[in-house]
Amino acid sequence: MAAENGKLLAVENLVVEYPVGNKTVYAVSDVSLHVDRGETLGLVGESGCGKSTLGRAVLQLRRPTAGTVMFDGTDLTKLDGEALRRMRRRLQLIFQDPIASLNPRRRIGDIVAEPLVIIGVTDRDERERRVRAVLTAVGLDPDLTMSRLPHEFSGGQCQRVCIARALILEPELVICDEPVSALDVSIRAQILNLLEDMKRRYGLTLLFIAHDLAVVKAVSDRIAVMYLGRLCEIGPTEQIFTHPAHPYTALLLDAIPVPDPSVKPAVNVPIGEPPSPIAPPSGCRFRTRCPRADQRCADHVPALREIGPGQLAACHHPLSAAN
Amino acid sequence: MTAQPLLSVEGVSVELPTPRGQLLAVDKVNLEVAAGRTLGVVGESGCGKTMLSRAILQLLPKQAALSGRIMFDGQDLVQLSPEALRRLRGRALAVVFQNPMTSLNPVLTIGTQLIETLQAHMGMAAPAAVKRGIELLAAVGIPAPEQRLRQYPHQLSGGMRQRVAIAIALSCEPKLLIADEPTTALDVTVQAQILDLLAREQQRRHMAMILITHDLGVVAGRTDEVAVMYAGRVVERAPTTTLFSHMRMPYTAALLAALPKLDSPPHTALPAIAGRPPDPTRPLPGCSFAPRCSRADDHCQAAKPPLGTADHAGGQYACWHPLQPAALARA
Repeated sequence: MAAENGKLLAVENLVVEYPVGNKTVYAVSDVSLHVDRGETLGLVGESGCGKSTLGRAVLQLRRPTAGTVMFDGTDLTKLDGEALRRMRRRLQLIFQDPIASLNPRRRIGDIVAEPLVIIGVTDRDERERRVRAVLTAVGLDPDLTMSRLPHEFSGGQCQRVCIARALILEPELVICDEPVSALDVSIRAQILNLLEDMKRRYGLTLLFIAHDLAVVKAVSDRIAVMYLGRLCEIGPTEQIFTHPAHPYTALLLDAIPVPDPSVKPAVNVPIGEPPSPIAPPSGCRFRTRCPRADQRCADHVPALREIGPGQLAACHHPLSAAN
Repeated sequence: MTAQPLLSVEGVSVELPTPRGQLLAVDKVNLEVAAGRTLGVVGESGCGKTMLSRAILQLLPKQAALSGRIMFDGQDLVQLSPEALRRLRGRALAVVFQNPMTSLNPVLTIGTQLIETLQAHMGMAAPAAVKRGIELLAAVGIPAPEQRLRQYPHQLSGGMRQRVAIAIALSCEPKLLIADEPTTALDVTVQAQILDLLAREQQRRHMAMILITHDLGVVAGRTDEVAVMYAGRVVERAPTTTLFSHMRMPYTAALLAALPKLDSPPHTALPAIAGRPPDPTRPLPGCSFAPRCSRADDHCQAAKPPLGTADHAGGQYACWHPLQPAALARA
């Protein structure tokens, strides 16, 4: 599983643990996945499943406890200082709350130009030229936005500014952490379409983190499902939706409210809530909420294994086998 | 459907002063809910749905100006004295808010908050209130309720906190429960459980419920009637099944179309609604949705369409160029 031409990002056996008081939070436990160049990998799971921590560990914003993060053949976990800073230009992050991620006292033009200042573009005219180009690309009029402050804009427009700031260094990989969760339905569609558009235009590779499977489906080539720090299932988007192998994936799909009154709300949504990542269950971490769990699930951690073409699931009793 | 409404909101408007001028948050809204029925109120941020619920609860900001009548169980809430309102709220009229962390007191235990409510409104003695509190926590699906009574809100997960907030809301056997985005802060699996819980209790208690949400998916399976709000007005209102099968208002259709579909292939471009809602301090002379509507013409810009009388399917809509139900298949 060494970095090949096709893989822009390969995360291998990633572990992120951090202390809370005298206990340890097992945020990410032994996760391996890769993202091919030009691909969008959707990463879904409930709050606290470790999906955001994984995104941050890729960027080395939180240093992994163990494992490697290969980006274009370089292990980011081995880099620090100037070498890591140089590499980070090629990876950017977009956050959930667009308003909170913009400095309220700085003008939009300066916010978007900041990455250029940091990498040492000293020519003001060049900076302005590039800011104008990227603002136009994300659908904002530079003349009407550059000299204004974030509070003068709506959430959707602020997210456009955040996207412009992330794109100005022409990164290769963009990690989108719940980029549309804070937005209204009508604005959400605009931003999802914009991300798709930008992906084509800038040749981006995306790691798209969200809790909403319908949103993830709209943009992803493949989907990875996390539960309580572990990867449950990963595979091509259509396959995951039509033939989920992991019971957790199936239950997540069932829980999505469908805007059609003739579809009765599912009755078999998982009971209860995820256990604490401070004391995860032995064996399969989903077993405490799983209708198919037995003794084997308590005793042995299920390994990720191939279920179908490109589809892997970590389950002792996968659904496809039974269906 | 013909039952006497428990709540009827009649021509209610709410105006708020802002530095930029008067803001018309709610514009002549009419709604009814009967006992045992659930009304969904759908709209995006700023459409006035929360201000409407606060008007019903008479919990508007001090400087807000309210007009119209809010008849609840035979009395006009607008005319009631603060004392009479206090007795009604929490008792006959209960509310569950979006963020349970802000509606629960962080320095009091779950037990204190629940038992206090029972003692204050139901006049229960402490031992009876404790017993009832445990029953209520069990009813909303909280495991080990005796232990939970001694815990503080921060010791519970978001879903558990929302269950506690629901238990407190249900504690006094309300006739009307207003749930304002009760699941927006929660994960999908927990959302489904909380919506099921609300529906079950609503049925069991023959309560009236108003479910306020931005998500058409949430109202689809769980309400009897839906009112869609845009820029302070109700722009479409119909029995839930009619709304989805005979959608007339282009805004409602656009809202539905903008939702990512589970059955469309990846990378399908979403029919986004261009632009954004109008500035509420600068009301438009015509239809508020006209600037974003593909069917709008000069008439829409000039004259505000009234919410018409119900058609044969029981739906009302405020539109000069409503969709024909057949056209919906293409939308």
